Amino acid sequence: MERQKISREEVAYVANLARLSFTEEEEGRFTSQLNDILLYMDQLNEIDTAGVEPLTHAIAQKNAFRDDAVGGAIPLEDALANAPESRGGFFLVPKVIE
Amino acid sequence: MELYELTIHELLDKLRTGETTSAAITASVFERIDAVEGDVHAYITLMRESALAEAAQADERIKKGEMGPLTGIPIALKDIYCTRGVPTTCGSRILLNFIPPYDATVVEKLRAAGAVFTGKTNMDEFAMGSSTETSAFGVTRNPWDLERIPGGSSGGSAAAVAADECIAAFGSDTGGSIRQPAALCGIVGLKPTYGRVSRYGLIAFASSLDQIGPFTKDVEDAAILMNVIAGYDPRESTSVPEEVPDYRTFLGKGIEGWTVGIPKEYFVEGIDPEVEAAIRRAIQVVEGMGARCVEVSLPHSRYCLAVYYIVAPAEASSNLARYDGVKYGFRAEECRDLLDMYKKSRSAGFGAEVKRRIMIGTYALSSGYYDAYYKKASQVRALIKGDFDEAFKRCDVLLTPTTPTPAFRIGEKMDDPIQMYLSDIFTISTNLAGVPGISVPCGYTRAGLPIGVQFMAGHFQEGRLIQCASAYEKQAKIEKRRPKL
Repeated sequence: MERQKISREEVAYVANLARLSFTEEEEGRFTSQLNDILLYMDQLNEIDTAGVEPLTHAIAQKNAFRDDAVGGAIPLEDALANAPESRGGFFLVPKVIE
Repeated sequence: MELYELTIHELLDKLRTGETTSAAITASVFERIDAVEGDVHAYITLMRESALAEAAQADERIKKGEMGPLTGIPIALKDIYCTRGVPTTCGSRILLNFIPPYDATVVEKLRAAGAVFTGKTNMDEFAMGSSTETSAFGVTRNPWDLERIPGGSSGGSAAAVAADECIAAFGSDTGGSIRQPAALCGIVGLKPTYGRVSRYGLIAFASSLDQIGPFTKDVEDAAILMNVIAGYDPRESTSVPEEVPDYRTFLGKGIEGWTVGIPKEYFVEGIDPEVEAAIRRAIQVVEGMGARCVEVSLPHSRYCLAVYYIVAPAEASSNLARYDGVKYGFRAEECRDLLDMYKKSRSAGFGAEVKRRIMIGTYALSSGYYDAYYKKASQVRALIKGDFDEAFKRCDVLLTPTTPTPAFRIGEKMDDPIQMYLSDIFTISTNLAGVPGISVPCGYTRAGLPIGVQFMAGHFQEGRLIQCASAYEKQAKIEKRRPKL
């Protein structure tokens, strides 16, 4: 069986997708731990799942509709109360486009 | 007997007859908290002031004859439930300053039923863990042995009930996070069917698995709390509009003539001999009540852990994308631009286990790996659910150990994620299949650590679980001990 499931470079790539950054030391540790975990997952390949419909929710629910009625809403100032920064009724973030 | 030692139903009786007041009960619980919380550390936030005010209001209502199903009863909430105006951290530094602007549906229902909230309990960060050690706010200790973990992720709620720091508590269960700590702390823990209880306002971990449930001192209290929290919620589209029975009507009935399945895959290598012996005794008790115990097979059991550790992190990586330093209080300092702010805030705000799971989940969902991991896991999940469907054609309930071992030592498994994950090996399957499960105390090890037996039933059969668990509790007569604190 292949023992190297994930490389340091892949860990760095996935970290960027997940919007995380690691120190050198963390990157090394995560690579080895993720590798162990992915090796453990390999046992799923023992099972033939050809033609098995994937199950994503144990209780099958079709579209959940409700009446299109106006209900209560959280006031703007309450919704913004946890923002590290806000201005004029909006969440404020660092500049996106230079 | 101190008031804090009593159950919900015992206290309700005393409140009804005027023998005591909610103010007295609540004061008693906070005296207990003052005495033992320094050792146990079950809570992240105590709500003493509001609790005493709620107790006074409860006493007013009782005087007027307006008694609700939980009027005046002190209850603790895992710090994963949004509570309006009260800090809600989910055990994470990234939610350190988060104060929700609304109550979770379950919190609303408990409030309407008259509950008094004692505080918010400690938990593994974002409910990711089996020991409550991944909390950003310190370790909770098992009241039965302060050198050991209380289980997790709802370890604070379990420890609070076991240590009498509340009368009952609520947790959430994604892979065993109610039943496992209940077993390790010697109390009752119930995970209802997926969809039975609204999760509106429950901070999401893995949305296809998360479910809310109670921690109680006995099965009757679990039935009382299920009566309050169960039911459809138009704000939660995965809650199911299925009729809710009166769960108390299932108490005190026997299980004569029932078929109880014993899944052979749950008696495997690695199970602690004292745990196995206690479960074998539980099987004898069940047979002694006139039920027929039959061996059944859930052939895909050994794959549950692998499936879970793909599905849960995949969903978590998506759910936790919202913590980006914009909306929930925490933001890292000195950021160059938006991307830098995201990365710095998330890296500083999340702990190691959460990052590990976000990484696994992101990897499993990423281009080129989706079929090999997420799709494969979802297919095996279908087979796991199929195993349960087959078993419940023959059996009224299933009986298994709740955990493979009693409570382990603090620090013992922190450096080995897979060893830690294995402590949930008997509880994960029910979440994958969506079925309900309950853990009930079934004895102690020679060292005095509690052991739990788990019963599982088909979808929406919580009544059957309560019937079976209460019959077992009555028949087994497990010696009622209290931790020495």
